[in-house]
Amino acid sequence: MTLLEKPGIWKRTANGRTALLYLLPSILLFSVFVFYPMFRTIYLSFFLTDQNGDAAIWVGFENYSYLLESTAFINSMKATGLFVLYTVPIGIILALFFALLANEKLRGIGFFRTVYSSTMGISVAASSVIWLFMFNPSMGMFNRLLSLLNLPQIQWLLDPQWALLSVSISTIWMNIGFSFLILLGGLQNIDEHLYESSRIDGAGYFYRLRRITLPMLSPTLFFIITISLINAFQSFGQIDILTQGGPSASTNLIVYSIYREAFINYQFGTASAQAVTLFIIILIVTILQFKLGERRVHYQ
Amino acid sequence: MTTSLPKKIWIYFLLIVTSFLVFFPVMYAFLISFMTGPELLQGKFLPQSFSLDNYIKVFDRLPLLNYLLNSFIVSVSVMLGQLAVCSLAAYAFVFIQFKGRDFIFFLFISTMMIPWEATMIPNKFTIQKLDWLNTYQGLTLPFFALAFGTFLLRQHFKTIPKELHEASQIAGLSKFAFFRRVILPVSKTSLVTLGAYGFLTTWNMYLWPLLITTNKSVRTVQIGLKQLQSLETGTEWGVVMAGVIVVIIPTLLLLFLGQKQLQKGLTQGALK
Repeated sequence: MTLLEKPGIWKRTANGRTALLYLLPSILLFSVFVFYPMFRTIYLSFFLTDQNGDAAIWVGFENYSYLLESTAFINSMKATGLFVLYTVPIGIILALFFALLANEKLRGIGFFRTVYSSTMGISVAASSVIWLFMFNPSMGMFNRLLSLLNLPQIQWLLDPQWALLSVSISTIWMNIGFSFLILLGGLQNIDEHLYESSRIDGAGYFYRLRRITLPMLSPTLFFIITISLINAFQSFGQIDILTQGGPSASTNLIVYSIYREAFINYQFGTASAQAVTLFIIILIVTILQFKLGERRVHYQ
Repeated sequence: MTTSLPKKIWIYFLLIVTSFLVFFPVMYAFLISFMTGPELLQGKFLPQSFSLDNYIKVFDRLPLLNYLLNSFIVSVSVMLGQLAVCSLAAYAFVFIQFKGRDFIFFLFISTMMIPWEATMIPNKFTIQKLDWLNTYQGLTLPFFALAFGTFLLRQHFKTIPKELHEASQIAGLSKFAFFRRVILPVSKTSLVTLGAYGFLTTWNMYLWPLLITTNKSVRTVQIGLKQLQSLETGTEWGVVMAGVIVVIIPTLLLLFLGQKQLQKGLTQGALK
């Protein structure tokens, strides 16, 4: 056996080469449409750009310091923060409530599950157009309801005090379907036996909810909280259709702000600096979630 | 375990009230889509007749049929592209031992941390430089590679017994033949889940088609809705809602048919 040679490098890397072949389409696409543009965005954020989006003048961190001093950007960040605060907790609590209801084993429950998940099948654009009409000051359902109750009319999308709240309400509705579907899946994965032994002990519904359901559901909850946070920061379509960032920039969320800065004002440098800010925020959210989640979450 | 009758009634009550509220905006849009201008101004809740006038008008007003076809082509292309690209990558991660696998896996994970909106500016210029504005490839190709899809399939491929792999090697099947003739057929359920997910998300895509299409040649229905709404002049909301209903029917149907499958598949991909 002493004659047995170590296989040549060509042979030893055979598996690597085959694997590369299978991975090539993904790697190529990720390089062109994810990694390259990410570095390019960071690069552009240090420049003033020309009309074609090419770097023209190096300005260092000036784009960033400009943003930090710009009231428009500070307002946009504030609006984004409020929007996340309005939409994520309420959206998840509602979806959890529906998922708990729909997890009961009753006749016809399949119908209700379909209804709760239906908003997932409705695009942001279509939902926004429906809500745009519901918010319509004269013909919309909300103001008709208010006048039936003899309450003062509200300019839902035109009043800076109400616009962000109105957009948030419609967004909660749009996201319920997906959160519901994920949470219901999580509930159905919980082992039935856990409940059976607790029933023998005579534990009540809310006791079981607190002591069994929620702890066992925590990985799913953790997942859906992360996804919802990230989604909220990325909202765009509802703003473009419902308010175009107005009135008085009260709904100018970060992605909409990037879009305007880049494709309407052609300021690609400052737009890139905003995009980098968005990237950093999402990175922090994800890391925080994982750090906190590791401690809190109970895995089966 | 039987549920007591009062509790049952209470649950049914909550189910009916809340699901009515959730579905209300869709029913409302459906009813409005049959109304004429005067009916809307009077604030009626039910239309006088279910005439299809608004539906005929909306196809007149916009090249809606054209847009629907575009959306369909784009969604099916992204769906097929994702299935091909993701299943190839997932296969390599599960069935081939190679150096640097962990590193490449980490690269895949890192793409999930980069919000797509943060990279849209260079991406738009890339498409412009390739002269792919207003083309199907410009709308679809950037979305073929998907880390989430690769993980979903990888999870399922992992459950396939390793003996199957060994047996196929003894039988002299090449790696690709094993992939195509053994792995893909036994993974039908996850492929269907990923396919439905890909179709749904692409059909509903808004920002990218807004950036990439400047005329009606490949424009999708979602942008059509934006146009329709901005053409809107006061009392023609019935026509706008008819457009909305036409646009949401395909995805709602898909969701109704595949709700169970999608729920199972997505939770699996998300949690394991």
